[in-house]
Amino acid sequence: MGKVMLEVKELKTKYVTRFKEDVFAVDGVSLKIEEGKSLGVAGESGCGKSTLALSLMGYYFAPLHYISGDIIIDGNNISGMKPDDVRRKILGTEIAYIPQAAMNALNPTQKIIRFVEDVIHVHDKGMSKKDIYDMAVERFRILGLPPEVLQKHAVELSGGMKQRTVIAISTILSPKVLIADEPSSALDVTSQKMVIKMMRELMEKGFIKSMIFITHELPLLYNVTDDIVVMYAGQIVEKGTAKEMVFDPVHPYSKGLMGSIIVPEEGTRDVQLEAIPGTPPNLKHPPDGCRFAARCKYAKPECKVYEVPEKDFEDGRMYRCIYDVDYLKEVYGRNG
Amino acid sequence: MKHQLKQAFSSSKFVLGFVLFSIMLLLAIFYPIFSPFDPMEMVGSIFYPPGTYVSVSDTVQATYNGFNIDPSEAHLKAALSPENREKMKNWLVRFGGVNEADIDIEDTVALVDLWDAHYSSDNPQEGLLSSEKKSYSRLDKSLAKAKTGIKTALYTENSDGEMEESLIISDRDYVRVNDVANTVTLPLGADNFGADMLTKLTNSIRVSLQIGLVAGLIATLIGLTIGLLAGFLGGLVDNILTFLTNIFTVIPSFVILILIANSVGQAGRGPFVVAMIIGVTAWPWTARSVRSQVISLRNRDHVNLSKLSGHSLPHIILNDILPYVASYVVMALILQVSSGILAEAQLSMLGLGPSTTTTTTLGMMMNWAQQYTAHLSGAWWAFIPVILSVAIISFSLNLMNTGLDQIFNPQLRED
Amino acid sequence: MAKELGKSVLKGENITKVFGYGKTRTEAVKQVNFDFHEGEVISIVGESGSGKTTIARMILGLIGITEGTLLFNGQPRDISNGRKKKEYWKNIQAVFQDPFSSFNIFNKIDDLLLDCINMTGGKHKSDKEKFDMMTEACSFVNLKYAELTNKYPFELSGGQMQRLMIARVFLLKPKILIADEPTSMVDACSRATILDMLLKLRDEINMTIIFITHDIGLAYYVSDSVYIMEHGKFVESGPAEDVIIHPQAAYTKRLISDVPKIYGEWDLSTV
Repeated sequence: MGKVMLEVKELKTKYVTRFKEDVFAVDGVSLKIEEGKSLGVAGESGCGKSTLALSLMGYYFAPLHYISGDIIIDGNNISGMKPDDVRRKILGTEIAYIPQAAMNALNPTQKIIRFVEDVIHVHDKGMSKKDIYDMAVERFRILGLPPEVLQKHAVELSGGMKQRTVIAISTILSPKVLIADEPSSALDVTSQKMVIKMMRELMEKGFIKSMIFITHELPLLYNVTDDIVVMYAGQIVEKGTAKEMVFDPVHPYSKGLMGSIIVPEEGTRDVQLEAIPGTPPNLKHPPDGCRFAARCKYAKPECKVYEVPEKDFEDGRMYRCIYDVDYLKEVYGRNG
Repeated sequence: MKHQLKQAFSSSKFVLGFVLFSIMLLLAIFYPIFSPFDPMEMVGSIFYPPGTYVSVSDTVQATYNGFNIDPSEAHLKAALSPENREKMKNWLVRFGGVNEADIDIEDTVALVDLWDAHYSSDNPQEGLLSSEKKSYSRLDKSLAKAKTGIKTALYTENSDGEMEESLIISDRDYVRVNDVANTVTLPLGADNFGADMLTKLTNSIRVSLQIGLVAGLIATLIGLTIGLLAGFLGGLVDNILTFLTNIFTVIPSFVILILIANSVGQAGRGPFVVAMIIGVTAWPWTARSVRSQVISLRNRDHVNLSKLSGHSLPHIILNDILPYVASYVVMALILQVSSGILAEAQLSMLGLGPSTTTTTTLGMMMNWAQQYTAHLSGAWWAFIPVILSVAIISFSLNLMNTGLDQIFNPQLRED
Repeated sequence: MAKELGKSVLKGENITKVFGYGKTRTEAVKQVNFDFHEGEVISIVGESGSGKTTIARMILGLIGITEGTLLFNGQPRDISNGRKKKEYWKNIQAVFQDPFSSFNIFNKIDDLLLDCINMTGGKHKSDKEKFDMMTEACSFVNLKYAELTNKYPFELSGGQMQRLMIARVFLLKPKILIADEPTSMVDACSRATILDMLLKLRDEINMTIIFITHDIGLAYYVSDSVYIMEHGKFVESGPAEDVIIHPQAAYTKRLISDVPKIYGEWDLSTV
């Protein structure tokens, strides 16, 4: 068992809307990532996966607010730190964050090398421009990006190249955790593949020690991460390795999610896709009991009453459902 | 719609603007109703300062009530101007041998006491011109007079046409203001024609708001029509209309305003003609922004779907485009009203405003104040309230616009 | 899938679309040919900027065709005036990508459905009949009309909106439906529902569905025939099984290899 890079305990955060209503978007999330491992977060839009990404940074600004819980990076608890300290001491070296539209964050009037200098100077004011340039060229070369990019402006680069450049810049200080929130969703398939390849290289070369990858595209998640957690209504409902989660999901919601995967591979077109009726609950007023109960075809009356705890089973797997694993598997088997 | 109104009133900027505007509007509507004067009536004469005026004749005719109050201090206070106090201080320091620090020129009684103790016209007063010595002696006498109190004799005409003394008025006699039959209150004084400023001002606000509203409605209507047609039809129609709009945009509209206002001639230039002139020159900005909004809407799927449902062009424009730009048009209208009021003020300031003797506008009031050099004679009441009214009206309208903007463009929200 | 093809409903011959002129002249669609049959499900697959949406809009008659002929039911299509356009649009309808922009947010849901009834000649039907038709259409897409009446579109979720769009098609019963990325903006769980409903509708009224998509997996799952488009041209077309499992054109091969796989190995070295 490797060294634990990121440990999150019972993290709760909320949004406060304009009308002063609380939206509990991350409600008691616990997870653990070891060195050299990557974790995928899957779920529908509005399940809280993007909020989880923002919350994990420890960098809270309105309308997002911290409620409770711990975020421990390499033994160092960062929850409750002041935003300014987080920015100076944590972001870049401990945690790097890449949002979906990261490529649009590049100021078009400045050369790419300036952003690298900015990132480094926040943490090390003394480093000379020459050293930074050499360091950036070396890193870009290893990651397969042409070093000439450093002397260009953002407008001269294609969307995929910009996104890869941003990823290279944000990981230049070799952070312990990389949080990537849909880093390739706005790109065409070829650029997406390049981004994925680069993220794998970052992991293999040790430039990042662990990674959290958030996306709604399950085939992508399957190919990128070691483990997958499925989020529903602000909670994690199931956890397991990528293979287990895709081919052997236990929670009824994961089952539906995995059953909706479409890939262009032989034999897949005759499979009946699974559909989950209804919509996720409103997180202003989370329902009692199991949050998925209202949409679950196996739900019984108790589901809507009792809060379901996280249950461990097999080796390192976890799920959150009132039924036993064996019962669920039997039901799935019966329904084909 | 109800929801949007509720949202509008949750914006503090909008509410502040709305309240300010409502105050001005209510003032303009209701004050002239309760005002005793006609706005154009010349009640007084040029630049009477603000205050309550009582009839002198009625005052002396009224019942006198004796008061045991020594009036000398108030008289002294009224008699001693700040310059005279300064003069007294100078004399006391130079010739009376008084320490400068002991003199407080604000304390009338103490000053006069010091003066009485030290002043004497026999003092050699070396270094003073004889005219200066005389002026000090005159000052001394006027102080003595103010202190002793004056008795005034009242003469009335008797039946034979002779004047005969009827009453001696002591300086301790008072008249109750309510007993005076004729009083006139001019809260903001009188303007150059001697008309009551406040009545005239409220009337002007009403007329200016009307001009702004008419000008804004005309400009918005023209701009909206041209913008909708150009944006939705595209192609040749768009090219022609955009060309027309661009021509109107690059020609300084103020010059057109001056030319039109001049060619219409003095006689034909009523307030509503001016409003129309302003309206037909102010539309290009509305047209341009409506056009760009419509172009982005034109390719929205709901418009395509409406076409596929076989709806006619007017139906699509009215049902699928207009509601989406409506909020924007309301904001543009508010700005157009505000700029219409300002344009009228500018035009009138230059003497190109409405030519009329029956009504007034804010711009005309400023024009008159300037022509009668109110600023030189210190008659601040003739122009400051007018300027403030223009400022408050356009400020409130702009505030409402900003408030609405924050509601309709969520990225401008501050939270 | 060896399926008996119906008669041809829509045939394009050398269809070309040019935008702009002079320096800004761009050929969005270059000399494409296609033949769509009754009851067939077709996918036009391409990346953004390949011209697939332009083809869809030309077929819909929302933009003109620069060159080439479009045969509808064997006859050259004529939409030269408003009446003929209306007639054409009774036969061809669309479901668009973004459910949130497909609705006029100022109109109630009832208005949308009533429009469809009126368009198909149901103007003179009684209120009861109209109500029954709307209820039937809503239940076809698993929605309850009673819960939707007097509501505005923004009160629905994206998936519900898209289903309502299908209910609209159900009322109109066109011969051809163009589905322009109908599932790219809804969640995976709703995607299956929407696809199933579209295919069910196809079976019910023998409608031709043209999917416009960038998702090659989706194209493989739903369609009988696939047209792969690159830079305004069809680089490969044919039955879905042939094109996607045994691609011939280099572009198709690349496109398929770039999509993440689950059952097979996803080869990252080919970038």
